[in-house]
Amino acid sequence: MILSNDRNHLLSPLGAKITLAVLLLVAVLVPLLNLSVPPGSAFHVPTYVVSLLGKYLCFAMLALSVDLIWGFCGILSLGHGAFFALGGYAMGMYLMRQIGDRGVYGNPILPDFMVFLNWKELPWYWYGFDAFPFALLMVLLVPGLLALVFGWFAFRSRVTGVYLSIITQAMTFALLLAFFRNDMGFGGNNGLTDFKDLLGFDLQDDGTRAALFVATAVMLVLAYLLCRWIIGSKVGRVLIAIRDAESRTRFLGYRVEYYKLFVFTVSAMLAGIAGALYVPQVGIINPSEFSPANSIEIVIWVAVGGRGYLHGAILGAILVNYAKTYLTGAAPDIWLFFLGGLFIAVTVLLPKGIVGSLDQLRGRLPGGFKPKAQAKVQEMPGE
Amino acid sequence: MSEAPVREVMIQSEAEPLEPAAAPHPAADTILYMDGVTVSFDGFKALNNLSLYVKEGELRAIIGPNGAGKTTMMDVITGKTRPDSGEVFFDGGIDLTKLDEAAIANLGIGRKFQKPTVFESQSVFNNLELAQKGRRDVFTGLFARLSGEQRDHIGRVLERIALTDHVGRLAGNLSHGQKQWLEIGMLLMQDPELLLVDEPAAGMTDAETAKTAEMLQEIARDHSVVVVEHDMEFIKALNCHVTVLHEGSVLAEGSLESVQNNQHVIEVYLGR
Repeated sequence: MILSNDRNHLLSPLGAKITLAVLLLVAVLVPLLNLSVPPGSAFHVPTYVVSLLGKYLCFAMLALSVDLIWGFCGILSLGHGAFFALGGYAMGMYLMRQIGDRGVYGNPILPDFMVFLNWKELPWYWYGFDAFPFALLMVLLVPGLLALVFGWFAFRSRVTGVYLSIITQAMTFALLLAFFRNDMGFGGNNGLTDFKDLLGFDLQDDGTRAALFVATAVMLVLAYLLCRWIIGSKVGRVLIAIRDAESRTRFLGYRVEYYKLFVFTVSAMLAGIAGALYVPQVGIINPSEFSPANSIEIVIWVAVGGRGYLHGAILGAILVNYAKTYLTGAAPDIWLFFLGGLFIAVTVLLPKGIVGSLDQLRGRLPGGFKPKAQAKVQEMPGE
Repeated sequence: MSEAPVREVMIQSEAEPLEPAAAPHPAADTILYMDGVTVSFDGFKALNNLSLYVKEGELRAIIGPNGAGKTTMMDVITGKTRPDSGEVFFDGGIDLTKLDEAAIANLGIGRKFQKPTVFESQSVFNNLELAQKGRRDVFTGLFARLSGEQRDHIGRVLERIALTDHVGRLAGNLSHGQKQWLEIGMLLMQDPELLLVDEPAAGMTDAETAKTAEMLQEIARDHSVVVVEHDMEFIKALNCHVTVLHEGSVLAEGSLESVQNNQHVIEVYLGR
């Protein structure tokens, strides 16, 4: 008799191997082709492409964080862009303080927008952001704490399903409005920009850009491995149990709210890291990152790639964003229609996303496992 | 891993033991004690002054027409529904009305639902593993590894519920009857002191029903079991004490025969 404690069958080892191999290959190849191959060569990767790819990898990490909670615990967050933006703002604050007296107004302490607003002193919450380790800590802590507090109230009150999605939208919208205000001290409408350097390295330099790209790829690999480790552990099986039959899990003695809180907080911190890596590569962070539509777009990436596979989210984020780059360049009017159409097409034609559909084609789901059995949300009897 | 200390800690920290009184509390010596329990939903009394007790080690069947309050009673015991009034004690003195579902489950009360609810997208093995008694916190879960003893336990339960050959299959692919058994198996993994079983034979073939009755009788040897059921043949096979519920309170109690000959019971069942 085989009594194996089988890992989650959705975490196919093949998918993981391909994902890791591709990411590591890209992490080596892209900077190499950018820095070592002369610009005239056909193999040269221009620096703007390096940053663009870096941006895609940040989005992939963001999608990964959403898949961790949505794909495996059924928490559909439509406000994950907020955690991404908060991580980004924490990094942006560090970069602002790095500018020092090289700003337009030449104030060694105050960022330009504060001088412009006639502020005399640095607000207390900007203290410490001149130190990189402190900024890194905040990149993790600010989104993590928000998720912890928000999740504590939401999960303890047993807010689930569409209601949770709606309040996450409200959360990101509230933050959007708050960050728009000049009085908040985060640059208002314009956000934080005009960054000069990071840890003393010029952000416009090809080498810095390549290094940021490598850092993003490495962080994505680590985040992916972390998610796989969580999902492969008993906690992962409990999360899936919560997704499929929440009350049943409760009656087995699991404190569902703590499990949700744990995974939600981890996910928010991953989103924060993604945001922190995003900001130096695009050179700006402003309140539009909080816009509710952004958060919905993340969910579309995950749905396109395939929910509940981890690598599906990575693939979906990169593909959709590539399409976005291409279409907004080639035919800017079409993009939103394309996005809407894509969501409908995926829902109708590929309900399990690209990776899920490939999985079905290969028929490697054990025991003739029907996707419906998994997608079905169980209703608990006994009202 | 030793589980016993965990339970003791829970009892001390989360439940108040009864005050030692001169006369023993009526709840002493019972595994489940309900007195004057009333639950109303929008004025409708789902439970109306329900009083009932189950002794330790007893197998008890509860019958009653639709709407008699059987499921609500289960909800009250397991912490899903709070009673408006009345007392519910477990194991002689633990007040269940103050605890939530997870705390009650960890005290040693297992529940099987009317509709089989197993974790469909996970294997039979993992369903049993998740139900296994042990620490339930996130941190332990991240580093949990099954010990040989725990594997053996799962193996024994698999045999008891006749699913040894299906251990690797996804629970969602099992037949209806097998899902019911898996859910009973999950209760066994929890190793609760009291099992609440809601209509275990619903939708089963005759052969499956007979086998389920056999399973429950075997379980009742070392656990207290409360079974809610409609199927009279099944109750007969269980051969135990029967309580009849009607409109939220106890109508009759006794052996199946005495209950079946009770004039009130006949009226309730046939008078509609």
